[in-house]
Amino acid sequence: MQLDARIPEGPLAEKWDRCRFTNKLVNPANKRKYDILVVGTGLAGASASATLAELGYNVKAFCIQDSPRRAHSIAAQGGINAAKNYQNDGDSIFRLFYDTIKGGDFRAREANVYRLAQVSNNIIDQCVAQGIPFAREYGGTLANRSFGGAQVSRTFYARGQTGQQLLFGAYSAMMRQVAAGKVKLYPRREMMDLVMIDGRAQGIVCRNMINGELERYSGHAVVLATGGYGNVYFLSTNAMASNVTAAWRAYKHGAGFANPSFVQIHPTCIPVHGDYQSKLTLMSESLRNDGRVWVPKKPRDTRDPMDIPEEDRDYYLERKYPNFGNLVPRDVASRNAKEACDKGKGVGETGLAVYLDFRDAISRDGLDVIMKKYGNLFHMYEKITAADPGRVPMMIYPAVHYAMGGLWVDYNLMSNVPGLFVLGEANFSDHGANRLGASALMQGLADGYFILPYTIGNYLAEIGYGSLNIAHESYTRSEEHVTQRIAALLSNRESGKKGLQTVDHYHRRLGRIIWDYCGMARNREGLEKAQSLVPELKEEFWEKVTVPGIGQELNQSLERAGRVADFMEFAEIMIQDALARKESCGCHLREESQTDEHEALRDDKHYSHVAVWEHSGQGNPAVLHKEPLVFENVKPSQRSYK
Amino acid sequence: MAARKITLTLKVWRQAGPDEKGGFEKYHLKDINTDMSFLEMIDVLNEKLTMDGRDPVAFDHDCREGICGMCGAVVDGIAHGPERETTLCQLHMRHFKDGQTISIEPFRAKAFPLIKDLVVDRSTLDRIIQAGGFISVNTGSAPDANALPVSQNLAEQAMDAAACIGCGACVAACPNAAAMLFVSAKISQLALLPQGQAERAKRALSMVQAMDREGFGNCGNERECEAVCPKGISIRNIARLNREFLYASMVADEEG
Repeated sequence: MQLDARIPEGPLAEKWDRCRFTNKLVNPANKRKYDILVVGTGLAGASASATLAELGYNVKAFCIQDSPRRAHSIAAQGGINAAKNYQNDGDSIFRLFYDTIKGGDFRAREANVYRLAQVSNNIIDQCVAQGIPFAREYGGTLANRSFGGAQVSRTFYARGQTGQQLLFGAYSAMMRQVAAGKVKLYPRREMMDLVMIDGRAQGIVCRNMINGELERYSGHAVVLATGGYGNVYFLSTNAMASNVTAAWRAYKHGAGFANPSFVQIHPTCIPVHGDYQSKLTLMSESLRNDGRVWVPKKPRDTRDPMDIPEEDRDYYLERKYPNFGNLVPRDVASRNAKEACDKGKGVGETGLAVYLDFRDAISRDGLDVIMKKYGNLFHMYEKITAADPGRVPMMIYPAVHYAMGGLWVDYNLMSNVPGLFVLGEANFSDHGANRLGASALMQGLADGYFILPYTIGNYLAEIGYGSLNIAHESYTRSEEHVTQRIAALLSNRESGKKGLQTVDHYHRRLGRIIWDYCGMARNREGLEKAQSLVPELKEEFWEKVTVPGIGQELNQSLERAGRVADFMEFAEIMIQDALARKESCGCHLREESQTDEHEALRDDKHYSHVAVWEHSGQGNPAVLHKEPLVFENVKPSQRSYK
Repeated sequence: MAARKITLTLKVWRQAGPDEKGGFEKYHLKDINTDMSFLEMIDVLNEKLTMDGRDPVAFDHDCREGICGMCGAVVDGIAHGPERETTLCQLHMRHFKDGQTISIEPFRAKAFPLIKDLVVDRSTLDRIIQAGGFISVNTGSAPDANALPVSQNLAEQAMDAAACIGCGACVAACPNAAAMLFVSAKISQLALLPQGQAERAKRALSMVQAMDREGFGNCGNERECEAVCPKGISIRNIARLNREFLYASMVADEEG
């Protein structure tokens, strides 16, 4: 596998200019001769589709939902960062760059992150021009708020629905191009395979989810903007349909998968409440500004929280981290909650929750003030749990939230497979081992509006606009492979086998293994255990999964079965990656790598690299390649929040 | 409030395809935890049907946190069920009684053809947006974001309208299957903001035409849409749409 990151020469601040200048251009009159396939219509996919079409390319856009407006970017609450320095508080492109790379625990490329900070300002301009109703000051200028990991106020927001509003902006720009005939929309399509012709990505095979037919689409380039793989854990804050399938198909065709074990676990989610639970709901971490996190000092204390006196409570974050207290970063807060519950101090029905208590804030500021700040969150919490956080402490627990890992891409956002570009959460590029709040929206839109539209031209100009062959045997081979797989998934039901189980049954079990052994804290022993459990489960899945119905119809069980089958395979490289990285970094504590005070200990000497996994044929273990990370402009420091 | 276990009888609309005959089928569920969401309750039903060798109920859903707009069904005659300003995924079983019978039907409208069971085709809403639910600004051509001040009041009102999730409950609830609340929300958002002025008249005419073309009915001031809207979008927006349309009809030859 060739891993050339193609980072332009020259000083950090000039690299992006240099890249744009040295990249070949496609003549405006020739752009209409190129077809580009964009899979996924979230922030990255929709913004890329709209912009490529505006430039004159013919775009085909695919999504698994009934409308592109449903993509899960919609659920992002908090905001989007930009280095506008509108608050005059000393922000700059370099500061946003520094905060982001430090927040990622120095496991991302300097050049990519710097470029992200550079284009952040253009994003805000673009979104405002589209009519996104960002929050405003009385004078009519844009309002900002602060977010974790930053000492400046640079987050732009539209109430608690920033992701929704930004997505609608990108979606409406794309709809304008649909009306103009430059984007053709294919909703309710699931990408089942990538089609390679002469060593280049040139097409995809999709399943039409309404009638089950397999369909062929060809393009001069294929763009994946298919989101993250958090649902490998079964329970996560991701949408139900979020999956790894498209990325996994690309991996099977030779695309490297980078840092698959880097997953962010968000500390403030509503806890799991039963074995029927289908997803976890995030509560904005801004709650930690006023809420105090505690557990009972005595393990298995089942008293009502209101009856537990002050001396029997352990405000463990305030105790252990007196400087940052309840505002320690996401990973530290998550890990400590798990630790408390592992010691039997967890609360609630399952013992997998800690309290987030507003009692002191309410008696200090009054309920009115607290409600003004968090009313919508209190309301949401009460809707789900039927408990009022104004009267009783909230219960929270960490949940899987965001995948920093993803397909490996170079500076141009192209994977090591020629013609295959990867955007947004689906790539690995900008967040290192931990993503800061309000950075996901920034990256998705940067990739789609301002990076890919320039870099893809370089590739297209090189390959020319030759005709595409939809009848190529590669499509036939892909279709045969997909058909066989679907048949295998459907075959157990009528086989007369005993002990068949549903897709969700296996997905839940897979999630449990990954959560237990490849979650917030990992060690060699557990990972090796998972390494033997997952293949066993995978075998049982193919042997015993029952999928009702047929392939040629709307069949939601079949859709899920295909995704879970891919998660089972993906889980193996995730575990392999976690095993190989014997350091703690970003979101993950490797238990063997801790300071004397039980804090995460990074090992720059051995692990300052991107771990890229290459498929080496069915049944063979994936092969590890390393892209070294070079820091010329910042000096990696050990994080400390004591 | 501690969780309880309840027993339910479900009457669910089953229809194999758009041209097949549909009808209600009855299912009994025991031990439904009242902390479950409505969709989790359907998950439980589907697991049971699958294990019993029957076909599970097809239903649309995705984010399960009330924002994507993908889920929706008519529960006991009310789009998204009995709780106000709540999507189906955010409705919890604690609002139902032990022993209750619950009917579950798809959103019904001429402009939402049925696909299977509770799944309908709402692509007509996307086509209305294509007719003008945008501001024509190419990537890269925007001025500095603070160059155009927007009063806080207008920004807030625009945000109230922009909160629409496009679920289509307003259409399902309307006796005329009108999409006026949906269309008016988008038109209001863009008409209120200075960025939307250049295409204001053209947009109103074009989106209303698209709405008629796609087979939606007209507003009869029943206010059913507002009552079921999970995001509390006000029919004030419909009044604004009517004004915008009237104004646009008069100035069409002068503006855009």
